[in-house]
Amino acid sequence: MGPVRRTTELGLLLLAALIVACGYTLASLGGAGFLFDDLVWLLGGLIGLFAVGHLGIRRLAPNADGLLLPLAGLLNGLGYVFIARMNTGLAAAQATWSLVGMAGFLVTLVLIRRTRSLESYRYSFAALGIGLLLLPSLPLIGREINGAQIWISVGPMSFQPAEAAKLALAAFLAGYLVDKRELLALSTRRFGPLYLPDPRHLGPLLVAWSVSLLVMVNQKDLGSSLLFFALFVVLVWVATGRAAYLVLGGLLFGAGAFGAYHLFGHVRDRISIWLDPWPVAKGAGYQVVEAAFAMADGGLTGTGLGLGNASRIPARETDFIFAVVAEELGLAGATAVLLAYLLLIGCGLRIAMQTEYAFEKLFATGLTALLGFQAFVIIAGVTRVLPLTGVTLPFMSLGGSSLLANYVLIALLVRISDETAQRRVAMLDGRTVLSAGSAELLS
Amino acid sequence: MNGRISKVGLVLLGCFVALFVQLNRIQVFQANGLNAHAENLRSLDRSYERNRGIVATADGVVLARSVERSGGDVARRREFPEGELFAQITGFYSFEYGADGVERAFSDELAGLTDAQRYDQFSDFFVDRDRSADLTLTVRHDVQQAARSALGDRKGSVVVLDPRTGAVLALWSYPSYDPNRLSGDDIEAVRSAWAELNADAQQPMLGRAYRERYPPGSTFKVVTGAIGVQSGAITALGPVFPMASSYTPPASRNPISNFGGMSCGGTLVEVFTVSCNSAFAQMGAEYIGPAKMVSTVGGFGFNTTVPFDLPSPAISVFPVQYGAEISPGVYEDSARLAQASIGQNDVAATPLTMAVVAAAIANDGAVMNPHVLQRIESRDGKVLFERFPTRWQRAVSPATAALIRQGMAAVVSQGTASALTMDGVEVGAKTGTAEVGDASATIAWVIGYAGVSGGAPSVAFAVIVEADPGIGEQTGGRIAVPIARAVVEQALKPMQPVSGG
Repeated sequence: MGPVRRTTELGLLLLAALIVACGYTLASLGGAGFLFDDLVWLLGGLIGLFAVGHLGIRRLAPNADGLLLPLAGLLNGLGYVFIARMNTGLAAAQATWSLVGMAGFLVTLVLIRRTRSLESYRYSFAALGIGLLLLPSLPLIGREINGAQIWISVGPMSFQPAEAAKLALAAFLAGYLVDKRELLALSTRRFGPLYLPDPRHLGPLLVAWSVSLLVMVNQKDLGSSLLFFALFVVLVWVATGRAAYLVLGGLLFGAGAFGAYHLFGHVRDRISIWLDPWPVAKGAGYQVVEAAFAMADGGLTGTGLGLGNASRIPARETDFIFAVVAEELGLAGATAVLLAYLLLIGCGLRIAMQTEYAFEKLFATGLTALLGFQAFVIIAGVTRVLPLTGVTLPFMSLGGSSLLANYVLIALLVRISDETAQRRVAMLDGRTVLSAGSAELLS
Repeated sequence: MNGRISKVGLVLLGCFVALFVQLNRIQVFQANGLNAHAENLRSLDRSYERNRGIVATADGVVLARSVERSGGDVARRREFPEGELFAQITGFYSFEYGADGVERAFSDELAGLTDAQRYDQFSDFFVDRDRSADLTLTVRHDVQQAARSALGDRKGSVVVLDPRTGAVLALWSYPSYDPNRLSGDDIEAVRSAWAELNADAQQPMLGRAYRERYPPGSTFKVVTGAIGVQSGAITALGPVFPMASSYTPPASRNPISNFGGMSCGGTLVEVFTVSCNSAFAQMGAEYIGPAKMVSTVGGFGFNTTVPFDLPSPAISVFPVQYGAEISPGVYEDSARLAQASIGQNDVAATPLTMAVVAAAIANDGAVMNPHVLQRIESRDGKVLFERFPTRWQRAVSPATAALIRQGMAAVVSQGTASALTMDGVEVGAKTGTAEVGDASATIAWVIGYAGVSGGAPSVAFAVIVEADPGIGEQTGGRIAVPIARAVVEQALKPMQPVSGG
């Protein structure tokens, strides 16, 4: 099983490297008319990272799913091509962050040999997640950038702790829900038309939920709030199967959205811009308006790499990078990027369905939902399907925190799939490795 | 749990399908609309470094040209030799702030970027050469000049059309601005000029002649009268409106008074000549009714975008909701209809629309497409586009138009526009006044047509002046009519081509 998957992975990685290299050449020729020598080395380094990742998997997780790394590498590489094409000064930074991300990927695979060992640290993860979320509100290290207090800086380094917090909170939720899901599925108390479980079991969940939301509202980070909300609702529902939680989640979301709309000017602004950006096309609405113009300019097949007019798009290296992709690669290329994310989501959920352990199922589902909803929320904001909330586009946007967190996320999925496949191989071999977890297996 | 995990997958799939659908809408279905959107400066970005053609008036005066420069960031700059005189038509052309007017509407043609220009010959697929084209407008320098000097330093607009073709002969509004200030080399100076022009309470860049709406007041009686005749409810002989100093609409307690409490009444031409409010309010509310008013008023260019070739014309508005019919011919809001019939309430028209109204009556009820562009010629003298007169729509029948012309002629021979009387010229007009918003200003209007006696009218016009509060229609006529006269006199003179540009 392993060797076949590794061969597939190598083939797909070569394909991804080819696409990225061709894209880079076209973008340089289209934009500047020549290739930047020093940037070619950076590109080579980036593609070298793919190889390092591949060798790392061969050694550390030889039975893992073979699609995750090539998809992540393709998106990372495409993002690099666009960032280098728009701002050569940022190319080195993004390449460095890709290196950091890949290091995080390998370190995760080295440190975490058994995913279920994370289960027992669930309350530590809860504390870690909330602690990370609180960091930007602290004096001295907290930084407000573009109106959102979501950065911390220590010396010359800046970091967005929410990116790491989301992994910690996914681990907490998966661990907590494995433990409590049967109690949470029992409805013993009635609240109006809703039957809910004993508040003792629901309590910690609501506390974690409201603390993280309050922190983010305080920091004006709407995108992450939305993301965490989706994570909570999805995991609780998947764990318990109680539709009441979807209703409750919907009600809480409605109440939160209503409250935020009436309490916060910036939420109202976002909503009114979403509904109709045209009256403020030169003012507050210019971001989505310029993005729409850019995408319309791209049309079906795009202006061509390096031939677009990206300078008109705001936040083009970060939140709005998808608009640049849609302009230069057109509907065809943008759809390809959407499909790459869908494939990643498909991989993640398949890994969740294949593993026999409830914790791994919930953890993999949570990680995949985070990645999928994050891509959806920002692309939906750029295309005006939803109000714009600033989150990064996983793997493509400029930024180290996001790249690192998403590479760690992929590494965790790789680890889960490797463990599952290993157990399968062992079962096929007739050996029994079930002694440790046979009770869990049957649940 | 696996069943629920796959449902999570389905939800995410649904989310991404929604993104795909939206991308299709933006990039395919709405793409043309977005590319042509007024706020979209992308095509200007593409053409900024290219040479642009010359824009000239019908009589050969150069309004805009590209000047080569040595040094600096930009290879060429756009020059507008006539300054503010044609700013509302040519617009500006700025690297920072895009363009407006003809510079915007025909940007691709001027820069040689339309497909027809780019792929004119087979070799064009391989060689990039200067394909910029020159534009000739329908506007006449002499008429525009006459409009500016007649209006002077009063806020207002003058629009002159050829009713037979829809060609715009002059389109002036005061205050205007100098487009050269926005296309200069000094970026700081351009920025401060932009900020200053935008902060100016007088809104010099607005282009009020076709982008600002005003209550049309009594000039709207031309429309109400024409709709009455067209609907069959009104003829030259009847009904005879009762002599009255005011009219109280059905289901209302608020009478509509005549100007200065005057008593008036009689047949159509009689009440038209003296601009009788009570008669026209009754005509709209009781003889015509909401259905026919609303369905016919569109023929004059209300509640629809006028197919004008300058960007973003404002839509003139006639209200459409009058509530339920509470008894035969009486509506909950009949009072509103009565006011709208004399150009008050929520009726709002651009000077361009009112010129189109006058042109429709002058041209036997047929409305021609108003336009400023006559011809596009390539660098090597090939005509790429020539404007032939095309009919936009028919407002009313020729017979209806003829009867309304009788009324408008009487306004000149016996009424408020007597100052328009000219030897050997057939002139018809209608004056009006209206208060704007908080009554801080009064708008004096005159619309009309003129032509050499015995021939079809060759000039249609609308003049508005923002004047002191509280003036009457007599006074309004006294303010606006002399401006119209000066402009019409010039427009009736044959065009004198300016040689050498």
